[in-house]
Amino acid sequence: MTMKMRLSCEKATLICTKNQYGEATLFEKIQLMIHLFICAICKRYSGQNQTLSSLFKMKSADCKATHKCLSSEEKQALQEELNQHQE
Amino acid sequence: MDNSAKTPLLAPGTWVDTYADYLFNYAVSRVNDADMAKDLVQETFFAGLKSAKNFEGRSTERTWLVAILKRKIIDHYRKVNSKKGQAEVRMSFYDSGDKEGDWLEERVPQSWDNETEKSVENNELKSQLEICIQRLPPKQGLVFRMKTIQEFDTEEICKELDISSSNLWVLIHRARTQLRKCMEENWFNA
Repeated sequence: MTMKMRLSCEKATLICTKNQYGEATLFEKIQLMIHLFICAICKRYSGQNQTLSSLFKMKSADCKATHKCLSSEEKQALQEELNQHQE
Repeated sequence: MDNSAKTPLLAPGTWVDTYADYLFNYAVSRVNDADMAKDLVQETFFAGLKSAKNFEGRSTERTWLVAILKRKIIDHYRKVNSKKGQAEVRMSFYDSGDKEGDWLEERVPQSWDNETEKSVENNELKSQLEICIQRLPPKQGLVFRMKTIQEFDTEEICKELDISSSNLWVLIHRARTQLRKCMEENWFNA
């Protein structure tokens, strides 16, 4: 077994991010847990990453609540451009 | 080919009324810039007119227009990407040597002041977040938004942008590492 259990901080934080979306594999989760056990910096990062996720969720909800449309003036202008183009 | 029997499959005269909002919404959620999205919708209609004769009616009119718009969006990102290059990408980890993959000293996460208090919902927080997202390199920004804000499936994003899933995670990881730093400097420890 030469499977590398020791992760770099860069890889650990990448797995941490994948985990935020629920897409880390079981093996990755175990690797991450071990890394967080020995690395205080990444442990801090991991906590902050979670805080960021909750902020992004808030933004996502906001964004979904607003349906963006073109104004009727904009549509009219678009229609005129299109008419010219067609001739 | 029998052109005489051809029935009009497309009705460009109704495009603006029928599809403009849908396409605009589609574009704006991916480029996050209303003016740019408007231009892309216009270009899509123009391109649609130009290639209308190639439309075979195998898909709906809307699906066909969305396919054109997708290509326009990808072209748009290619353009901004080649313009800005990699100049804006700030590394957070050593990329070679003994310390490869370790945190760069100046990028080490600092502890945040009053984190819980500062992460409650308010408008200032939201606009700071938006500023930080806008500072991301374009491709990182696009992938981050699609995955995190629009909540698309990984597979869907990979297909649309023609990237591998490991590529996607690297982009999102870099984006989030930048965002963490940006929010630390401008919000949590400002």
